[in-house]
Amino acid sequence: MDQLIFAAEVVLNGLMAGVMYALVALGFVLIFKASGVFNYAQGVMALFAALTLVGIQNGQVPFAHLINAAFGTSLHHFGWTVPSVLAILLTAGVMVLLAFLIEKLVLQHLVGQEPIILFMATIGLAYFLEGLGDVMWGADIKTLDVGLPQGISDTVEQVTANWFGYGFFIDRLDIWATVIAALLVAALVAFSQYTKQGRAMRAVADDHQAALSVGISLRFIWVMVWSIAGFVALVAGIMWGTKSGVQFSLSLIALKALPVLMLGGFTSIPGAIVGGLIIGVGEKLFEFAIGPMVGGATENWFAYVLALVFLVFRPQGLFGERIIERV
Amino acid sequence: MKLSFTTLAAAILAASPVLADLVVPNMSYRTGPYAANGIPYADGFNDYFTLLNERDGGIGGVRVSVPECETAYNTEKGVECYEALRPQNPLVLNPLSTGITYQLIPRVAVDGITLYTPGYGRTSAKNGSVFEWVFNAPANYWDGASVAIKHILDQEGGDLSGKKIALVYHNSAYGKEPIRTLEELSQKHGFELSLLPVDAPGQEQKSQWLQIRRDQPDYVIMYAWGVMNQVAIQEAVNIRFPMDRFIGIWWSGSENDVRPAGAGADGYKALTFHGVGRDYPLYDDMQQYVFDAGKASGAGDQMGSVLYSRGVYAAVVIAEAIRTAQELAGTPNVNAAQVRDGFEALNITAERMAELGLPDFGQPISLSCENHGGDGLVRLQQWSAGDGQWSLITDFIEPDADILNPLIEADSAAFAQESGITPRCN
Repeated sequence: MDQLIFAAEVVLNGLMAGVMYALVALGFVLIFKASGVFNYAQGVMALFAALTLVGIQNGQVPFAHLINAAFGTSLHHFGWTVPSVLAILLTAGVMVLLAFLIEKLVLQHLVGQEPIILFMATIGLAYFLEGLGDVMWGADIKTLDVGLPQGISDTVEQVTANWFGYGFFIDRLDIWATVIAALLVAALVAFSQYTKQGRAMRAVADDHQAALSVGISLRFIWVMVWSIAGFVALVAGIMWGTKSGVQFSLSLIALKALPVLMLGGFTSIPGAIVGGLIIGVGEKLFEFAIGPMVGGATENWFAYVLALVFLVFRPQGLFGERIIERV
Repeated sequence: MKLSFTTLAAAILAASPVLADLVVPNMSYRTGPYAANGIPYADGFNDYFTLLNERDGGIGGVRVSVPECETAYNTEKGVECYEALRPQNPLVLNPLSTGITYQLIPRVAVDGITLYTPGYGRTSAKNGSVFEWVFNAPANYWDGASVAIKHILDQEGGDLSGKKIALVYHNSAYGKEPIRTLEELSQKHGFELSLLPVDAPGQEQKSQWLQIRRDQPDYVIMYAWGVMNQVAIQEAVNIRFPMDRFIGIWWSGSENDVRPAGAGADGYKALTFHGVGRDYPLYDDMQQYVFDAGKASGAGDQMGSVLYSRGVYAAVVIAEAIRTAQELAGTPNVNAAQVRDGFEALNITAERMAELGLPDFGQPISLSCENHGGDGLVRLQQWSAGDGQWSLITDFIEPDADILNPLIEADSAAFAQESGITPRCN
C-alpha cells in the first residue's frame, strides 16, 4: 500500500516535471512548425533571456567587463533595480529585437536553402548567443527572483496526509509553472486561431509558397515566430533559472526537450505538452520502480528510450503531421 | 619573403613564454556550463604567480610564465590542451578535472611532466611508489569521505549504529570515488548507506530528493559539481531537509553553490582543505601588487571567494615545489624532472605558511617518494546566509588511515599491474 502511495506522489511530480520539459519544447515546436527549422539555439535563447532579465532587474551594466578593460573604468551597476514585471517586459522587448536581428542578419540570407543549412546556422547562432550572453552579463551564477514561491506546498501536504496518512511533496514553483504553461498554451492557441497574424502564421506553416502568393510577408512571420519563441524561452528561463540560479548550464535544458519533441511531434503544441507529461511521468516512475535495481540515474537515458519506443509505432510522433509521399 | 618570415618568427617568440621563464600553464575553463566555477579558480591561480613576478621578480629570480589553455571542463579539449602546451616545456600541470586527469596520468609518465591534482583526480595517486609523476596533496576524495563520517560520528556522540546516511553523487568517475570508502566505513561503524546517483548535468533531481524524503536519512553527503550543486541544495531546502545534516565535498562548497537557494541554505556544511575569506596578509600584498596595479586576472572581482582561494593555494604549493627544486638542483632554471623531485621533497610547515602570508590557511604538507598525497587533513565550513559567507567550524581532522591506506594500496597495486609498473621507493 505504501508503495502505491509513493508511486502516486512520483506520478504527480512526474507530471509537474513534464510541464517544465514542455515549456522548453514549446519554443522548438513554434519555430519548426512555422519555418521547418530545428532551432538548435532554443536552449541558449532561454539562457540569454534569463541572463538579460536578471541583468535588467539588478541594474547591471551590459558589457561592463569589456568597457572597463577598454576605458579603465570600474562600472558594474547603474545603481538602480527594476521591478520584476517591468524587467520581464523589457526582456521580452530584447527578445523581439533579437528575433528581428536573427531574421535580418541570418535567416534572410538563407531563404530557399535546405533545412540542414538553416539547422547549421542555428548551431552557429547558439554559440554566438552563448558568447554574447557571457560578454554582456558575465559568467557568474545569478540568483533569479521574480516573486515565484518555492518549496513544499503545505496545503497539498496536509490534504494528502489526511487522505493517505502520508503528505505528498509538491513544489510550489512546479504548481506555478503548470498554471503559467496552461495560460501560455491557451494564449498561443487563441493567437493562432483568432488573430490575423496567427492565421498568417498557420498559412506559412502549411505552405510557404501559397502563403507568399496571397501576400503574406514571410519576413514578418519569421520575426513574429522567433519573437514568440523568444518569449517562450524567457518563460522557460524564468522557471528553470529560479530553480538553479541563472548559469550557463541552463542552455542544456534543451536536452530535456528532445525526447519530448520526438514523442510529441515537432509540429504540435498539444504534442509538446502531452509529450512532456508522458516523458516526465515515464522517467520518474521508471526511476522509482526499476532505478534501484539497476543502480539508479536512469532518467536521462530512459526518456530517450521511451521516445524511441513511441517512434516505432508513430514515426511522426504522437501529434506530428503524417508524412505521405506518393510515387 | 624574408621580412615576412622574420615577422612571423618574432610574433611566435612574442606569443611564447621567454625561454628562461618557469612555465606553469593554467588549464582553465572560463566558458561553458562550468565557467562560473572555473573562472575564480583560474583567477586565483594566475594572480598568485602575478604577485610573485611583481613583488619578488618570480621564483628564485626567474619569472613565472602562466600560459592559459581553455579546456571548457571537457576531457577531449583537456587532452588537446596538454598536447598544445607540451612543446612549451611545462614544469607542472593542474588540469582541474578528474576526467582529464585520468587521461593524462599515463601520458605524463611517458613525457616526464608532473601532474598536480589537489583535491581531485585519482585518489590512489597518493601512492608515489606507483604514480611517480602525480601528486594530489593536501587531501583527496577518500580523505573527504572519511572526515565527513568522522564529523558525523562527532555529532552523534561516537555511535552511528542504526543511522542512515545517503550519498548523492555526480554519476561520473569523480562522483563514484567515495563509494568504496563509505561502504567500508559503513561496515566499520554500522550505519546504513544508500547511494543516489544523479546524471550530469543534474538540473533535474526530483526523483532523488523524493527518495530522500521517503527514506528520511539522518545525514546526506554530496559529491557534485556545477549546476548539480545548486539544484541539490534547493531541493534539500524544498523538502525541508535540515541543512546542518547536509555535507558537501569541497567541490560542493563555494558561494556559487549556496547563494541561489537564498536563506534556505543557511547552515549547509562543506568539507574544505583550506581557509575561507580574505583575512590573510597575502591578500593585502595581492591587493597592492596585483589588483591596485591593474594586473588582476579576469574581471578582478573574485579575491577571497572559496574557489579563488583554492586556485591561490594550488599555485602556492606549486611555487613552493619549484622553490624546493631550485634549492635541490642548485640552479633557478629547473626542468620538469627537477620540479618532480621538488614535489617529493616538499615540506611546507605551519611557519612557512605564515611567512607566505597564509597563517592557518592550510595544513603542513610533507611529501616523500611514497607519499604524494600528504596527511589528508580536512576541516568543515558552514554557510551563513545572513552574512553571505562561510566560516570554519572545525579544526583540521585526520582521515581514518586504517580504512584508507589498504584501499590506496589495493587500487594503486591494481593500476601498477595493469600498466606494468614496478613500484619504486625501496
